[in-house]
Amino acid sequence: MSMTISEKILAKHAGKEQVEPGELIYCNLDLVLANDITAPVAIKEFSRLGLDHVFDPERVALVPDHFTPNKDIKSAEQSNYVRQFARDYKITNYFEVGKMGIEHCLLPEQGLVLPGDLIIGADSHTCTYGALGAFSTGVGSTDLAAGMAMGECWFKVPESMKFIYHGTLSPWVGGKDLILFTIGDIGVDGALYRSMEFTGETIDHLSVEGRLTMCNMAVEAGAKNGIIAPDAKTKDYVEKRAKRPYQFYASDPDASYVEVREYDASQIEPQVAFPHLPENSRPVSEAQGIKIDQVVIGSCTNGRIEDLRIAAEIMKGRKVHNHLRVIIIPGTQEIYLQALREGLLETFVEAGAAVSTPTCGPCLGGHMGILAKGEKALSTTNRNFVGRMGHPESEVYLTGPAVAAASALTGSITSPEEVLGSAN
Amino acid sequence: MQIKGAIYKFGDDVDTDQIIPARYLNTIDPAELAAHCMEDADPEFAGAVQPGSVMVGGKNFGCGSSREHAPIAIKAAGVSCVIAATFARIFYRNAVNIGLPILECPEAASALQEGDTVEIDLAKGQIKNLTRPGEYKAAPFPSFMQKIIEQDGLINFVQERMKERA
Ligand code: SF4
Repeated sequence: MSMTISEKILAKHAGKEQVEPGELIYCNLDLVLANDITAPVAIKEFSRLGLDHVFDPERVALVPDHFTPNKDIKSAEQSNYVRQFARDYKITNYFEVGKMGIEHCLLPEQGLVLPGDLIIGADSHTCTYGALGAFSTGVGSTDLAAGMAMGECWFKVPESMKFIYHGTLSPWVGGKDLILFTIGDIGVDGALYRSMEFTGETIDHLSVEGRLTMCNMAVEAGAKNGIIAPDAKTKDYVEKRAKRPYQFYASDPDASYVEVREYDASQIEPQVAFPHLPENSRPVSEAQGIKIDQVVIGSCTNGRIEDLRIAAEIMKGRKVHNHLRVIIIPGTQEIYLQALREGLLETFVEAGAAVSTPTCGPCLGGHMGILAKGEKALSTTNRNFVGRMGHPESEVYLTGPAVAAASALTGSITSPEEVLGSAN
Repeated sequence: MQIKGAIYKFGDDVDTDQIIPARYLNTIDPAELAAHCMEDADPEFAGAVQPGSVMVGGKNFGCGSSREHAPIAIKAAGVSCVIAATFARIFYRNAVNIGLPILECPEAASALQEGDTVEIDLAKGQIKNLTRPGEYKAAPFPSFMQKIIEQDGLINFVQERMKERA
C-alpha cells in the first residue's frame, strides 16, 4: 500500500512494513531534546525511574537557550540542574553558553538531526526538523523522560495534509510569508493532530533556511509535524554536517491525504500576523503605517544567516528610526561568527540596532527586550499570543526579516519595497 | 472516578502563555506555578478557584508551547478536570502523562456556563449538569491511554515496560 513520507518514517521506526493513520505505535527514536525550561521537569521525572544511565548518551541533546545567559538566580539554578545532569549522565550533546544556540537553529547546523530521523523534543517547535525530511515533533517533559530512559515513544499515526505551492515568489517574500499565509488560510487548529506536507515547485526553489522556517511554524496550525521531502539542496546542507548515516524518504505518488490545498505563491505578498494569533495574517499592504516600539529579528523561526543577510541588505547605510528599539539575535554562535565575518553585525550596529548573543530571550517574554504595557512589537518570531513578549496589554505582530528590517527604519510597519524600491 | 465541581469557563484557543506565562517558568514548583495559573486571561482565577473545580474551554485548548508546566499549574491549582471542544495535541499528551483528567466534548463545552456545577464520571465520559438540565457524553480515552492513566501516569507505565524487558 502506498504511504506518505511521514507514514514511511514512522513505519520504519516501529519496525513495520506499513502504518495507517489512527494506528497507535511504539517507535525507536534517533534523538531526544530538551531545553533549560523543559529539561528540569524531565530530569525530575526521569529520576523517579532510578536509572544510572540514559538510553544512549549521544542521542540526548540538552540546550539551555531560553533564559540563558541566565537572567536571574532561579533560572541559573535551573540551568545548573541541567548542567549537572549532563555531566553525571555523560550527555555529549550538552551546549554551554558560548557554544550554544537556539535549539532549532543549532541541531540542524550541528548535523544532529538528519533526513529520515524520528525525533522528539520537549519543545513545541521541534517540528522544525521536518524541513530536512525527518519526522520530528514536540512532546512534554514526561514523554521526554520516558524517551531518555527507553529511546522510545508512542505515537498515533497522523493523517496527512498536502500543501502545493506553485509559481515564483515575489521579491522580499520567503518561507515565513508562505507559512503565515497558510496558517491564515487554515487557522490555528487547521491541521490539529495532522501532518503538514509542503510540496510544489515553489518549495523546490526555497532554500533550506526557508524550509526550516516553514516547518518551524507547523505547530502554529496545530500540526503534529511539518515535513518536506529531501532533495539535492537537503543533501548539500546535511552532507558536510552529518556524523552518522541518514536516509531520504518521499511520499508515494498515490499516497492518500485527508486534504490537499494548492496555492499560487506568485500572488503572495509579504505577510504580517496581527495580535493575538498567528492566523491573523494579512498582506503587508494592509498593515502599513501601524506604529511600533520594538523590532526583534531572531528566534528559531528567523534567526539564521539568510535572515540576517536579508535584514542587513535593507538596513545597510540606513538608520533605525528614533522612536524604536531594534534587537537582532543570531540563532547560534556559528551564525553569529558568520554574520560577523560578512560584516552584517557591523551594518546592524551602525544602523543603531542592538545585537545579542544567541538566546530565545524576548521571543517568549523571557529577557532581552520585554515590552511595557501598551507597547507594540514587530517580530520575526512565531507566536503573538497575549503577553507573549511582556505585559499582557502589549502586542506582537509577526513577520519575516525583510518587513521587520524595513519597518525598523521607518518606525511603523512598512513594505521593503517602500524603502528600497521594487527594483531590488 | 467521580468528579463534582463548579465550572470556570474560558474561550477558544486558550494558549499555554495564558495558562502559565513564560515569565514564571524559572521554577518547576507546582504550588508556585499554580499561583499564576491563567493570570493573563483572568488575574482573579488563581486566588478564587476552589479544589475540585472544572475548567471549560472552547476549541484548541492548550495550544502553543510544549510546557508541561501548563497542565501541572492547572492540576496544582485544584482543578479536577478540563473539558474542551478540542485540545491541542501536546497539551492532550501532557495532561494524560501527568494524570490531569481531560474530556473532549464540543456539546458540553458550548452548553456549560460559568458557575454551573457538574458531576463527571470519567470512566464513562459522562458529564451531568446539576444546576440546569443537561447531560453530555465525551469520547472515552483510547484503551492504550486508559492504561497509562490506570498506572497513574507515564512514568509508572514505563517502569512496568522496563521490568517486562529485563
Ligand atoms: S526562539 Fe522562541 S519559539 Fe523558538 S525555541 Fe526559543 S522560545 Fe521557543
